Amino acid sequence: MTGQVLDLASTVSPGRAAAPAQQRVSPSINVDRITVSYANGVPAIRDVSFTLGASTICALVGVNGSGKSTLFKTLMGFLTPLMGEVRIAGRPVDKALKRGLVAYVPQSEEVDWNFPVLVGDVVMMGRYGHMNFLRIPGKADRMAVDAALERVGMSEFRKSQIGELSGGQKKRVFLARALAQGSEIILLDEPFTGVDVKTESAIMDLLRSLRDDGRLMLVSTHNLGSIPDFCDQVVIINKTVLAYGPTETTFTEANLAEAFGGVLRHVHLGGAELHADADRRRVTVLTDDERPLVLYGERDHEKLVKPDRGETD
Amino acid sequence: MIDLLFEPFGYNYMTKAIWVSALVGAVCAFLSCYLILKGWALMGDALAHSVVPGVALAYMLALPYAIGAFAAGFVAALGITGLRRITRLREDAVIGLVFTTLFAVGLLIVSINPTSVNVQSIILGNILAISDEDVTQVVIIAAASLAILGFRWKDLMLTFFDESHARTVGLDPWRMYIMFFVLLSACAVAALQTVGAVLVVAMVVTPGATAYLLTDRFGVMIWLAMTIGAVTSALGAYVSYFLDGATGGLIVVFQTLVFLAAFVFAPKHGRLAARRAGRKTAEATP
Repeated sequence: MTGQVLDLASTVSPGRAAAPAQQRVSPSINVDRITVSYANGVPAIRDVSFTLGASTICALVGVNGSGKSTLFKTLMGFLTPLMGEVRIAGRPVDKALKRGLVAYVPQSEEVDWNFPVLVGDVVMMGRYGHMNFLRIPGKADRMAVDAALERVGMSEFRKSQIGELSGGQKKRVFLARALAQGSEIILLDEPFTGVDVKTESAIMDLLRSLRDDGRLMLVSTHNLGSIPDFCDQVVIINKTVLAYGPTETTFTEANLAEAFGGVLRHVHLGGAELHADADRRRVTVLTDDERPLVLYGERDHEKLVKPDRGETD
Repeated sequence: MIDLLFEPFGYNYMTKAIWVSALVGAVCAFLSCYLILKGWALMGDALAHSVVPGVALAYMLALPYAIGAFAAGFVAALGITGLRRITRLREDAVIGLVFTTLFAVGLLIVSINPTSVNVQSIILGNILAISDEDVTQVVIIAAASLAILGFRWKDLMLTFFDESHARTVGLDPWRMYIMFFVLLSACAVAALQTVGAVLVVAMVVTPGATAYLLTDRFGVMIWLAMTIGAVTSALGAYVSYFLDGATGGLIVVFQTLVFLAAFVFAPKHGRLAARRAGRKTAEATP
């Protein structure tokens, strides 16, 4: 990445600016006691329920194989629940997708980076739902693409083939596509994997500004340390919902220990091992090999430590 | 000399062979752009072999052979995708299983009923002796396929590039794939006539693979592939007049030659360009 300052959050959202006539729908995701199984009949998630509303960034946390991607696939209509129901903005999943209410930012591994498309082409794909059936872009579509590229700082790469970009740039292209799409609900699958620190905080700023704009984002991530920085809600799953609610009350060591079992690196520092006085406070570091989650205080009363990003990174 | 070069055009059957081949080559090339990007080249081969029992049955029942071929291709595509979904077998195993089974059944039908159809013309193609009804069938298939592709190529591209995103703009990927395989089996049928079942796979792979080396934009790739497909197919039919050789073999040899040229000389993705770029980086970092 060049030395430019990434300020993803400054301008107005392009998708909506370009389509003022479109009625805003209040975003919500309502998952009601769903059970979804793999093709071989084994249940992947059981009895999962949660509700998310407008102006929310929600983290989806769990070990690999906990059903995160099954849940995403269900929200995208690729899988149908055996039991229970998902409603998006009050509609069945298929209806909500048809209306373009949901945008999706894929994991990097899901994308074929050798596909012959340029950055501008990919962002234009976000506009397909706004075009007629021949998908011929109009002025509004081109403006939305320009604005989205501008907002993620990728305007100068418009003519690059997508495989030529760095990890952080690749992510920003797909974020731009979601912006150009102008959807009220955005699903992000591991948005911080393979991304440099500067892009990571730029993406967080962008998501925060979209939240202030009233949108709903569901973010699947292993990056535990960054969750308190930008997520106001957390859903912790392992085959079923272990805990869900506001980050302050839900994102606790007890809940995470339950979700991750022995999988997380779990380091305690302090208390009796470190000094002889009566100070029982200790530091706990939880990490899934990405940015660690740091807690400090007496046992069971530990508080999140929000490191100053400029220094710790 | 000039007279000799124009000689093939003096024969009705030659002109017909040339333009029908070009048409088929263009449509197959269009489809090849999608196939090679999804890693589904073998599916093209499978479909071409799978249509053989359909053709044999259609001849036996005195139906237009395209109907039989089409039904068999559809059965093959459904069988492959269905088996893939419900078993743990990998895609290549499923493809191999389904298409050899259907091909074997086809050969069996033909051998039991030897008079119904000439095996050789199915397997190797026989464009120089194509009947007028067959020309009509090929033209209808090609025109319909081109029309559908012309209208839906962007939706197909989106589906092949990113299924999840396709859903978010209201497309049903499953439906798009079915449409694609219907077109593919239709075009495999059309290509049977020109290059035969064995070489259809080249028609639905090589032009796309060549064009892929020449551009970074999908729309451009389609135009390049179609041009390559049409020109090599017409040329193959034309030259077969002089060499008295199999048209199918010639078409595929020409396509391979174009591919090799692109492989070496392509401006950005060719071997020479790669070597130049390598040398430049080496010079820049002493």
